[in-house]
Amino acid sequence: MSVLVYIELDGGKIKKSSMEATAYAAAYAKSAGSSVTALALGLADSAELASLGEYGASKVLHLNNAQLDKFDAQVVTKLIADAVAAEGASVVVMSHNYAGKHISGRLSARINAGMVAGANGLPDTTNGFVVKKGCFSGKGFGYFNITSDKKILSIAPNSFTVEKVGGTASVEAFSAEVPANKITVNKQDKMEGGIPLTEAELVVSAGRGLKGPENWGMVEDMAGILGAATACSRPVSDIGWRPHHEHVGQTGIAIAPNLYIAIGISGAIQHLAGVNQSKTIVVINKDPEAPFFKAADYGIVGDAFEVIPQLNEALKNHKANN
Amino acid sequence: MNVLVCISKVPDTTSKIQFTDGNSKFDENGVTWIMNPTDEWYALVRGVEIKEAAGGKVTVINVGDSSNDQIIRKALAIGADAAVRIDANPTDAYFVAGQIAEYAKDKNFDIIITGKETIDYNSGVVASMIAEFLDLPHVSVAEKLELNGNSATITREIEGGSEEVSLETPFVLGANKGLAEQRIPNMRGIMMARKKPIDVIPAYDSVNALTATVQYEPPKPREAVKLVGSAQELVDLLHNEAKAI
Ligand SMILES: Cc1cc2nc3c(=O)[nH]c(=O)nc-3n(C[C@H](O)[C@H](O)[C@H](O)COP(=O)(O)OP(=O)(O)OC[C@H]3O[C@@H](n4cnc5c(N)ncnc54)[C@H](O)[C@@H]3O)c2cc1C
Ligand SMILES: Nc1ncnc2c1ncn2[C@@H]1O[C@H](COP(=O)(O)O)[C@@H](O)[C@H]1O
Repeated sequence: MSVLVYIELDGGKIKKSSMEATAYAAAYAKSAGSSVTALALGLADSAELASLGEYGASKVLHLNNAQLDKFDAQVVTKLIADAVAAEGASVVVMSHNYAGKHISGRLSARINAGMVAGANGLPDTTNGFVVKKGCFSGKGFGYFNITSDKKILSIAPNSFTVEKVGGTASVEAFSAEVPANKITVNKQDKMEGGIPLTEAELVVSAGRGLKGPENWGMVEDMAGILGAATACSRPVSDIGWRPHHEHVGQTGIAIAPNLYIAIGISGAIQHLAGVNQSKTIVVINKDPEAPFFKAADYGIVGDAFEVIPQLNEALKNHKANN
Repeated sequence: MNVLVCISKVPDTTSKIQFTDGNSKFDENGVTWIMNPTDEWYALVRGVEIKEAAGGKVTVINVGDSSNDQIIRKALAIGADAAVRIDANPTDAYFVAGQIAEYAKDKNFDIIITGKETIDYNSGVVASMIAEFLDLPHVSVAEKLELNGNSATITREIEGGSEEVSLETPFVLGANKGLAEQRIPNMRGIMMARKKPIDVIPAYDSVNALTATVQYEPPKPREAVKLVGSAQELVDLLHNEAKAI
């Protein structure tokens, strides 16, 4: 009765979100007196997969098949269901990122497992199997009891503190019939270098207060110094100053990084909905009445065009000395 | 094209969210209800556009009680031809998707469209569940759809970018920003909507919820903001106090 964790591969490398899911699965398995089996689908070398032991997996099932590098959620779901049956797993864990959103619901329907999408924290099993998740777009939390025998936890990205426990996992070939893909992946258009917003621990974000796309250089500089991802408010992506995949908020991406720096963003309720679960929020705005200050931990009232260059200088010095 | 669009009712984006009865219930007092934004702006409008371009019919479906008729009427005013309401409390995503799949399984829909996620429970999984129940492919968080006969090319969001995929109908689509432009219902649409019936059907016994709500909790209030005078001071606080850098 192991806990099964789905591992997402990107060019043969384990995604950071899957390391987080493995650490979460291991923490739960420990409390339940169980162990973690990871399932990796697609091309990867054994050394890479064995490293999942560092996050607490004891065994990795690997289906080394190039077809699986082209994502089709229906095929992946079938294979996870096969692994659930082979392992007799009753709890399946994965990240609630883009792939997780495609797979977790399908798996729930396929194996009749109740799920909590975007779980925030480990299940409480003192009275049932109760899992916390964010609701109402960051304006509340709900606790849900999963009543079915099989359970799926897709965990909110960046919600679980990953600690390496040390150890190696045994890697075993997993054999299962792989159905043909019904979806053909034609092409990908991904940012080069940089850190995707959904995986970032630090985020630098800017809004309409920056006046135009030509002024984003200083924002990108800050992100570069910090090793942060860049984000923006909705109007900024609507006008085309920044790409759509940077838009955060109720109608964009919801994120919960350790640090969110908001520059020239007013802090409308729909914007806050996507960022108010960030651990530390810094607001830089020239208007002391901007609503964002009410949701912030630290603030500077000032003109971004003066404050940002000074802040970049101070951050650079800090990085050089630490 | 025979299109089914799934619509849900949610508290308005600016609603104050509060809980009652010892945090066991969502407080509906003073809440304005709307059609979930991604359902209305993108799923529904793209569905109507498909019909306008290729002919066919758009049916909207909702799982909920009669208080949902208001958003169903709005969907009819925006351009849906027919409406179905499964008269049941939408307890969880599994229940909702299972009910919709039961309804859809013998109706030969070419495309079933949902929103990306509801703004109240933020799950984003109903599309994928319906697809699995019906053994169909699906693409969620879709920002572009081009149709050429039964062949579709869809652009979906991925980490740090987008991916273009193609597939054949029938399929399920989870709609996001970019898929269509919001439409405001006009007078003629509103008048026509009054004449269109809402087909109310009982819930299917074969599908039951697999989760139960135990409790709610408001977010922890943040302490008052610390306003600082200089960049250096901010860096020191972020390092020493917040331990964020
Ligand atoms: C249904 C719905 C959904 C929405 N979803 C989202 C969403 O997902 N995400 C989102 O972001 N928005 C969303 N919005 C829009 C939201 O309501 C706001 O309009 C938007 O967030 C404002 O963007 P902004 O803060 O960049 O611009 P503005 O509101 O124009 O604010 C600009 C800010 O910059 C400050 N400023 C100006 N110049 C300077 C300077 N030189 N230095 C420092 N500060 C300066 C100003 O004081 C002001 O506070 C949604 C709206 C609706 C109705
Ligand atoms: N009660 C409901 N009735 C009809 N469709 C729904 C209902 N709840 C959710 N949906 C659809 O499923 C999508 C995703 O919902 P969710 O997975 O709950 O975030 C929504 O955008 C709707 O299109």
